[in-house]
Amino acid sequence: MASFSQGGGVLKKRSKTEGTRLKVGLGACGIAAGAMNVFEEARKTVEENDLPIRVERTGCIGMCHHEPLVEIEEKDGGRILLGEMTPEKIAPIIAQYMENGHIDPDNIVAGTDYITENDPFFSKQYRIVLSNCGTINPESIDEYRETGGYEGLARAIREIDPDEIIREVLDSGLRGRGGAGFPTGLKWKFTKQAAGSPKYVVCNADEGDPGAFMDRSTLEGDPHSVIEGMTIAAYAIGASDGYIYVRAEYPLAVSRLKTAIRQANEAGLLGEHILESDFSFDIRIKEGAGAFVCGEETALLASIEGERGLPRLRPPFPATKGLWGKPTNINNVETYASVSRIIQNGASWYSGFGTEKSKGTKVFALAGKIRKGGLIEVPMGITLKEIIYDIGGGIKEGKRFKAVQMGGPSGGCIPESLLDTTIDYDSVTKTGAIMGSGGMVVMDEETCMVEVARFFLEFTQNESCGKCTFCRIGTKRMLEILERITNGLGREDDIERLETLAQSVKSGSLCGLGQTAPNPVLTTLRYFRDEYEAHIKEKRCPAKQCRGLISYRILPEECVGCGVCLKNCPVDAIRGEKKQVHEIDPKKCIKCGICLDSCRFGAVEVR
Amino acid sequence: MTQSTEEFMLDDIIRGCPHSRDYLISILQAVQDRYGYLSRESIYRISDYLDLPESKIYGVATFYNQFRLKPPGKFQIHVCRGTACHVKGSAGILDTIGRELGIEVGGTSKDGLFSLDTVACLGACSIAPVITINGKFYGRLDNKKVQSLVKKLKRQGDGT
Repeated sequence: MASFSQGGGVLKKRSKTEGTRLKVGLGACGIAAGAMNVFEEARKTVEENDLPIRVERTGCIGMCHHEPLVEIEEKDGGRILLGEMTPEKIAPIIAQYMENGHIDPDNIVAGTDYITENDPFFSKQYRIVLSNCGTINPESIDEYRETGGYEGLARAIREIDPDEIIREVLDSGLRGRGGAGFPTGLKWKFTKQAAGSPKYVVCNADEGDPGAFMDRSTLEGDPHSVIEGMTIAAYAIGASDGYIYVRAEYPLAVSRLKTAIRQANEAGLLGEHILESDFSFDIRIKEGAGAFVCGEETALLASIEGERGLPRLRPPFPATKGLWGKPTNINNVETYASVSRIIQNGASWYSGFGTEKSKGTKVFALAGKIRKGGLIEVPMGITLKEIIYDIGGGIKEGKRFKAVQMGGPSGGCIPESLLDTTIDYDSVTKTGAIMGSGGMVVMDEETCMVEVARFFLEFTQNESCGKCTFCRIGTKRMLEILERITNGLGREDDIERLETLAQSVKSGSLCGLGQTAPNPVLTTLRYFRDEYEAHIKEKRCPAKQCRGLISYRILPEECVGCGVCLKNCPVDAIRGEKKQVHEIDPKKCIKCGICLDSCRFGAVEVR
Repeated sequence: MTQSTEEFMLDDIIRGCPHSRDYLISILQAVQDRYGYLSRESIYRISDYLDLPESKIYGVATFYNQFRLKPPGKFQIHVCRGTACHVKGSAGILDTIGRELGIEVGGTSKDGLFSLDTVACLGACSIAPVITINGKFYGRLDNKKVQSLVKKLKRQGDGT
């Protein structure tokens, strides 16, 4: 059985070991931070010195703020997590560890005998979907099976009637993790009951929300859990074909999925006569091509069919008329991964987590101005404050918290006064944001909320497919208003105009993209109206971000006349003799901020 | 000679994909993967292979952000415009790169060395703001760092 009892103690000792292992976190963010070089260097060191230690790859370990991460699994099962690794550091660490078992504590970020139970980054988390992510080798089906993987599928096929599986998923209380929170079991039931054949099972892995990387990490770190969940769904519904629609921007996830599908086929867990039963199921991968609207289910289906990803009117819902007009069940990555665990461990086990109406756990990608950003999984019912301050360690550089953005371009910004909001579908919706797929971007006093609203609207305006007039033109008009406000040209009635347009776009759009596009504007207007007013009435950006409303100046008392800013200024707006106080010509300055970034004496001020 | 070899390769890529309408996007991806963009010639040949009007193929190719109809630069720069990168100043990074190279988003520099695009989110939020150059990640940037980076690449490109 899987070691779910590990609960918060993510780095508890392992019971079973096969000698010392060194695992490098090779998720896309780890690789982006340079983990591949660390992996290769570690491998080289071990090979050249013929050391009794296995160097392996694993998925995202979760502490993204300490990337690149390396875990040493000791002979006795103890685990040590090393952070901010570099190729230069890793070789001497391995050498010393193999010689006397010692590691310089400066390199350790967590471990069995270090900080685990007491570190709220771990103790407040509970990993169900991510239980294997960052611990197993995602390219090994054997390692997945050692954790209890495919036991749920075997149990489903051998022991349970398809209707009973649907009942179990219903009883677990699992709701769609893509954002809207529709009960998963109910969706399955509708698809099963719908007339028509063949039936399809589709996995929405088109994680389009900017600032979200939960599904990518799951696919990269534990691809088999998604395949198992889809196969269980197919068995329950009576489908024989499946598609995973995954973003082309996630090449590593695509490659690991391909490997996993091949392995599952070879092991008789996918393909013809799965586990020697009468049930057959195939999965194909379709790569998206960079269109946010394809996260909407009907647009996604159009894209799988090779068309432009245009949404269509619902009903009929995909459950009755989906891919090529046939009944189709669509869930996202996290939902299918949860299903694998539910069938393996039972509905009552899963519904033991969470709140009355939101069961289980939720994965979040914590990013932005937070000290400990990363990939986290928490039980439903935890508060935002606990996530941001206990797990995330609060705001970077001692700045003041301003808002947390949930739900991406369809969501909203939640202010400090609502940080006691609990994480469940209904409470989050009440704030005006949405649970969404799990992106959580933290903003501090230096983030301009009007500018954030403009940013999201620019995004949705760009990504609007153009089908509905209100979405296509309404968002454009809203964006123009926001642009003029942030440029210091806002007019008295702009706020009212934004509100009217927002309502029209919401009610005049066919799909979720348009219906939710005004949310970032509406929530910032609701909670940060004073910032809008400062821009419009006082021509002032309180966060000092909007270029049209700020100016740069060199503080004479701090400037040492080193000349670095002068040298770097792209428009020659800075004057001054060597060792003399420098000066910025406001007429020439384009407010690019390079002088601010390059001054080592803190002599550049933004006003 | 080269021309025909190229044509042969193009056909090889196209005909290596399943002969089915729903694989249109996959075929476009395979071609772009090899050539960096979708040429007129390739669209004509795909049209021939799938028995679909060229207009339909253009319709799909222009709908999705991934596809380019012009050759990319030797250095393909992608600036992440996700939320986490945005709150950490990616708009300024994009401006700086565009200014240093004298090109706009979607453009290629006259010497063919650089092309500049944005991407909705690379998912590497922990090292925001992030850009990729030919797929390689550069994270925790600021305006100054990215200015130096581009200047360095320009020198490399000049061969100096």
